[in-house]
Amino acid sequence: MTDSIRRILADHARLSKDALTLPLDADLYQAGMTSHASVNVMLALEGEFDIEFPDHMLKRSSFESIGAICRCVEELTR
Amino acid sequence: MLRVGIDVVSVSRIEESLERFGERFLRRVFTPAEIGYALAAPAQKAERLAARFAAKEAAIKALDLAERGVGWTQIEIVREPAGQVRLALAGEAAAAAANRRLAVSMSHEGDFATAVVVVDAPADPSTTLESLPT
Repeated sequence: MTDSIRRILADHARLSKDALTLPLDADLYQAGMTSHASVNVMLALEGEFDIEFPDHMLKRSSFESIGAICRCVEELTR
Repeated sequence: MLRVGIDVVSVSRIEESLERFGERFLRRVFTPAEIGYALAAPAQKAERLAARFAAKEAAIKALDLAERGVGWTQIEIVREPAGQVRLALAGEAAAAAANRRLAVSMSHEGDFATAVVVVDAPADPSTTLESLPT
């Protein structure tokens, strides 16, 4: 799952750092992800994992790191 | 107490989202009325959507909604017949803005769209002049 998330971040998050080697807890917003880019990341995650983020998970912290995204996807695919 | 939020969005990035995600992007972020207004002027579609996205993000900042779990469609930019715009909030966003007055302004030029939202937050009603320590 982490590899898929890293690939989506590389394609959609427009980070200033390499998404494929970024630490799991690195702050994606600090790495250059804008709020608009986070929408693209969310839509790509939904397509990749066949999930839908409910409104209550649309928080800045849900997308702040690879680890945080993993936890959201795990909860939605459980 | 006044609060303010501002955001700037790249119009071409909004166009990219439309190309990549199409209808899904539109429906997740914009209300039917916002989509209708943007699509009414195809040449200005991306600018109108970008300005509205910026306004939603500015409202999220001004109302401190980033951790409240608010969908973008809960924040609507309503255009009055005379051309003024105002915010219409629903759900959690409306709850957060209860008793607050809001003002929004948007602009775009070239590849950039921007918006600012001002929130007039009433003073805590339990804190009156009489109850302040002297």
